[in-house]
Amino acid sequence: MQSRQEKMMKIAKTVLHPLRTEVDIVQARHLVRKWAADLKFGLVDQTKIVTAASELSRNTIVYGGGGELTLRVLENGVRTGLELTFIDKGPGIPDLKLALQDGYTTGGGLGLGLSGAKRLSNDFEIESKVGEGTRVVIRRWR
Amino acid sequence: MNGIHMHTFARLSEVVEKNESSLLETWISEQLNTASKQGILEKGELRSQCFDFLSGLKQSLSNAKSDSESIDSAFSDLKDLLASISRARAVQGFSPSETAIFIFSLKRPLFSLLQAELAGDPKTMVAEILSVSQLLDDLGLYTTEIFQKTREEVIARQNQDLLELSTPVVKLWDGVLALPLIGTLDSARTQVVMESLLQKIADTGVDVAIIDITGVPTVDTLVAQHLIKTVTAARLMGAECIISGIRPQIAQTIVHLGVNLGDVVTKASLSEAFKIAMAKTGLMVVKKSQLKA
Amino acid sequence: MERIPILRLGDILLVTIQVDMYDQLAMTLQDDLTNAINKTRTRGVLIDISSLEMVDSFIGRMLANISSMSRVLDAETVVVGMQPAVAITLVELGMSLAGVKTALNVEKGMRMLRGALDAESPGEDDEDS
Repeated sequence: MQSRQEKMMKIAKTVLHPLRTEVDIVQARHLVRKWAADLKFGLVDQTKIVTAASELSRNTIVYGGGGELTLRVLENGVRTGLELTFIDKGPGIPDLKLALQDGYTTGGGLGLGLSGAKRLSNDFEIESKVGEGTRVVIRRWR
Repeated sequence: MNGIHMHTFARLSEVVEKNESSLLETWISEQLNTASKQGILEKGELRSQCFDFLSGLKQSLSNAKSDSESIDSAFSDLKDLLASISRARAVQGFSPSETAIFIFSLKRPLFSLLQAELAGDPKTMVAEILSVSQLLDDLGLYTTEIFQKTREEVIARQNQDLLELSTPVVKLWDGVLALPLIGTLDSARTQVVMESLLQKIADTGVDVAIIDITGVPTVDTLVAQHLIKTVTAARLMGAECIISGIRPQIAQTIVHLGVNLGDVVTKASLSEAFKIAMAKTGLMVVKKSQLKA
Repeated sequence: MERIPILRLGDILLVTIQVDMYDQLAMTLQDDLTNAINKTRTRGVLIDISSLEMVDSFIGRMLANISSMSRVLDAETVVVGMQPAVAITLVELGMSLAGVKTALNVEKGMRMLRGALDAESPGEDDEDS
């Protein structure tokens, strides 16, 4: 299901990374850092996307029961972007609006992770269905 | 790189191998004759670039022969080499044509060689020339793309430098920096300026930084928020920011927009802010006459 | 199990974080510090994060926790050396770490801790030059 926006973007590279245990959070950070640096993002931009990735990776593992991260390089005319997709087949989020509120936590919940990641990214998309899982996509453009 | 038949590269590969040194010479003189920036195109550098390219081409052609995978992977090293040459020319100020001519000037020498070698077999010769032409066209376009990207990067960097130059950070005293902002602030500019201020704070190890906005006519919500974020970030680093020069109009706008300055220290004038900064660093200005002899 | 070493400098505990902070390591550090403060009856903790290129909400919460917890145990904590990019990102993330004392570097952090300690016991000759 390709949106018109997706069709316009040229996708240069794709890599998949498992998110199962805590170690994977650190690995994910490294991977995202490397990609962002290779794409010549400035230091602050790099830090922002790495931090967002850390938050979302943790969510995927701790609340989503594990999942995977997909990294993609996007080219939209003159702009280059780094896209991260976090997918899990966990319990899903019943109330997205509530979850995206700052500091919201169900004590075992999501805290600043989702809203923080949203603030740290240029684009933020989330789909979640209770009992099926969650999919979060973030993008940072140069 | 579509529609190029692998088997035809076998002939091209032979031709290049057999005639490498004469091809090199013809190609170099072809470029020197057409180049307008002859002086800048340093002959030694050009020679080594052409030599490296031909070696790379040889390698790619033999990769393409044996590699059943893809044309793209066979030519990836060659493309990397092209990218670095193209980038260098972009930075040196060559025009896009002057950069692409590196590839396109190879056409005539190669075609001549193919014509000579395959004179007795016109069908093959035409097929070869067509594939070579397509190959070189693709490489030439790639060169131009990289050139374009590099130019954009150079411009972006120049903009950045300009931005930093136009917002100098001043050391007022030991441990006190001042950033006098002048002119209209937009969100992007404010962000860049704030980032460089924080870096300056880290580099100089000052305790206090004064952001003076006396010279700023208006401030919108985004800019105000950036300022507040900067103050918070500086605090996280261990330094303090004072915002000075808030004119009545700006104060009104801030209240109107509902922006919460929280406990950000603000002072009407730079001099008041300076007094506070001095106090925070444990300094005091005393009249000489007040000092006991 | 990997742990971050805690050094003792007089009556101040010094922690330098130089590795990737994964969650378990952060939790272990919190526990180790609590025990160390208790055991050594320290009055000050200095956490050097100048090597950290990223601080997310988990690590941020750890720093806030250590700060509050040390205060309960009658010790002050100062976090030093946060990199500008990290600071900007933390603020954007939504963490201001309001209750955490900070300083630009180890030297200033030490001075801050000493200053606080000296203020509490004015009779001692404890000038640092």
